[in-house]
Amino acid sequence: MSLLEIENLTVEFPTRRKTFVAVKDAHLTVEPGQIHGLVGESGAGKSTIGAAVMGLLERPGRIAGGLIRFRGEEISGLDAEAMQALRGKKISMIFQDPLTSLNPLFTVKQQLVETIRAHLDLSEDAAETRAVELIERVGIPNPQERVNQYPHQFSGGMRQRVVIALALCSEPDVIIADEPTTALDVSIQAQILDLIKELARERQVGVILITHDMGVIADTTDKVTVMYQGEVVESGATADVLGRPQHPYTKSLIAAVPRPTIKLARFPLISYGGRVTEFHIEDLARSWPTDASERGKPLIEADGITKTFLSKGAILPSRRQYFTAVDQARFEIRQGEVFGLVGESGSGKSTIARMIAGLYPVDGGAVRYRGQDVTAGKSGVPDWYRREIQMIFQDPYSSLNPRMRVDSIVAEPARHHGILSGPALKARVDELLDRVGLGAEAGLKYPHEFSGGQRQRISIARALATQPKFLICDEPTSALDVSIQAQILNILKDLQEHLNLTMLFISHDLPVVRQMCDRVGVMKDGQLVEVAETETLFSAPQHPYTQHLLSLMPRLDGLSNEGLNVA
Amino acid sequence: MVSYILKRILQSVLVLLIVGLVAFAMFRFVGDPVDTMLGQERTMQDIERLRESLGLNKPFFVQYWDFLVRAVQGDLGISYRQGRPVAEIIAERLPATLELAAVSGLFAMVFGIVFGIFTAIRRDGFAANAIMTLSLIGVSLPTFLIGVLLIYVFAVELSWLPSFGRGDVVQVGGWSTGFLTQSGLVALILPSITLGLYQMTLIMRLVRSEMLEVMRADYIRFARARGLKNRTIHFRHALKNTLVPVITVTGLQLGSIIAFAIITETVFQWPGVGLLFINAIQFVDIPVMAAYLMLISVMFVGINLIVDLLYVAIDPRLRT
Repeated sequence: MSLLEIENLTVEFPTRRKTFVAVKDAHLTVEPGQIHGLVGESGAGKSTIGAAVMGLLERPGRIAGGLIRFRGEEISGLDAEAMQALRGKKISMIFQDPLTSLNPLFTVKQQLVETIRAHLDLSEDAAETRAVELIERVGIPNPQERVNQYPHQFSGGMRQRVVIALALCSEPDVIIADEPTTALDVSIQAQILDLIKELARERQVGVILITHDMGVIADTTDKVTVMYQGEVVESGATADVLGRPQHPYTKSLIAAVPRPTIKLARFPLISYGGRVTEFHIEDLARSWPTDASERGKPLIEADGITKTFLSKGAILPSRRQYFTAVDQARFEIRQGEVFGLVGESGSGKSTIARMIAGLYPVDGGAVRYRGQDVTAGKSGVPDWYRREIQMIFQDPYSSLNPRMRVDSIVAEPARHHGILSGPALKARVDELLDRVGLGAEAGLKYPHEFSGGQRQRISIARALATQPKFLICDEPTSALDVSIQAQILNILKDLQEHLNLTMLFISHDLPVVRQMCDRVGVMKDGQLVEVAETETLFSAPQHPYTQHLLSLMPRLDGLSNEGLNVA
Repeated sequence: MVSYILKRILQSVLVLLIVGLVAFAMFRFVGDPVDTMLGQERTMQDIERLRESLGLNKPFFVQYWDFLVRAVQGDLGISYRQGRPVAEIIAERLPATLELAAVSGLFAMVFGIVFGIFTAIRRDGFAANAIMTLSLIGVSLPTFLIGVLLIYVFAVELSWLPSFGRGDVVQVGGWSTGFLTQSGLVALILPSITLGLYQMTLIMRLVRSEMLEVMRADYIRFARARGLKNRTIHFRHALKNTLVPVITVTGLQLGSIIAFAIITETVFQWPGVGLLFINAIQFVDIPVMAAYLMLISVMFVGINLIVDLLYVAIDPRLRT
């Protein structure tokens, strides 16, 4: 008898017009001590399966067919009260974002004690003792002291440990972890995954690990189920599925994962289900003022740039406290190259990008563009420089004004700088939208009518409107699915190749950086600790921190190499 | 913490000074008190003498300064109309207003929060929809109309409740209270409902929308996943998170309950400071007007200070 069995599960969301089937005929079993990965892109129905098991489907979702059995007993038909008694006691859940999973107004102890006492018949004192034990169990130092603190006093990784402690309150048999490490840095991610592995091994907990990250699947799970648009397409032992995928979707999904060990010329595109959009950056080159003669000469020089932020205000200047976000960073970006910046969150990567873009004034040092100091002026960087550089941001949802039509969004930079107007501007906008694969008619729509990947194409079209020389890409694909990421990265590669654009590429994702960048800088706590050619950095890292980061990177050796275009 | 409170008190004093200054500047446009104080048979000498003795011939900055100097010594001046110390008149009237404000504030808060939670949890229920619809009436009807309607139904037609006045009052120390007699308590019912109805619907709608927002938060989903009971989730986790904005609005509303009791006091002939203020404006009784405005601003500033301190008490993230 399996610990948890899901048979023919179908989940529907009836709406007024039609019924949306989120999960169709899904099968899945979990044995004690086993970690079962559930992988797929957004909208695949992974999280819906987790919610269905927990009895936490959002209204109006309902289980339309199939069974969920826990230790042989059917739980999919239980009433709300019986389900609530089971939740947290026998089956627990961990959510993606540790920053929002905990109630900010209660101490960790209060939240632990209420959960313990909801399930176990313990006195207040006994529950408190257990709370401290749990905090110690999940590896938080000074449990006696920290248990009395509020969630905001913990770092992201520590908070996720608290969330796990809460899930463990009554020794559950099954834990459903929904993207438990997606919001965390690689080093923290490795620790949390180790903790989950340890729980499965030592306490024989069955784990369903929901994720979109193949690296996490490869490193952590025993079995894996691949989902595509609500249906299970493939299931089996992790090594088998990743190494010898059978289903065409699994094959194309695995092929689109950026590899840390092999450099590819281009990313293979997911060919299953018709999600590929054609684009023709090379056609832009005809009207693009390119000049390859300067190639290799420095375009941007960051000369000891420094940024400090006020961390504690006071009336007296002497009592104010400052935080140094970037400390005397010194590097150059050569014409025609893609320069990568990597580091964990808070290391100062984005602050550097903003200083170069002129969004933050520098507090020390200077940024030079073609040898000319652009940060010297009192009123920010000069206009001609702004025209030469453009930015692409991480979040495709908040970086486009929802009240503006797409053609005005794309036209805005060119119009602002007075480069083009009237029919010429419209022709430029139409051409750009067409070349990034959206088609000129996309200009008549509003941003909310597009998917995340399409919005990122709009952002790229906007960035190209002034025909810039230099692009700053700040985590341009972190919010996207792997198949969409592959397409966007291919566009960016084309921009470098055909338009001779220079790029600053910021990412926390080392495999992506290896694929995209010619040279890489590594940031740690505001310091630029190492700058090297990409291949040199990945094969022979010099700084201990770089070595540490690379050691945490999932190797992905077990992934099938079918369909890869190796450079 | 202490330095924060000190800073806030300093700011409050500044606010009071500015309110006083604006008030004094405006009094010059209300009319000439000398006209109303002296009868038809007056000579230029009478007028001059009265102006001299009241200090009205001095520039208004000097008048303001004199007012401030006396005010900090507890002397709010003498009412032009009644010829008695203003402090004494206000002390007589203030308990009536404060008791009315307290009861209607409590009424607004208790019913507003309870109905707000109810309509948020039973979002699509019949009762919740009925309450939401009725609450529109509370928001849109003007206060005086509600008062008159209530008087018509409960006092005139049904004769259950008195239509005006405070009933019997008891003196406790210098404070005249209606809480200790039956007629005093009964007399509070209609005016408190009239005064609190608008605030109640406002609080209710605010609690409802905040609650709906909070119920979508991740920590509520996680609380459910932990197997907590619905009651714990609603009243412990969700309610506390809705409190910060609710306290902000409630605080401001409490201030306006006191300041705008004027209409209710007029409708119900309630012997409070609001009625006193209306009379003072008619007779250009500057000392009374000045004292009233300063009193109201002290209350507003005080309530805001308490609201800010409550934020810190509720939200640990603000204690840094």
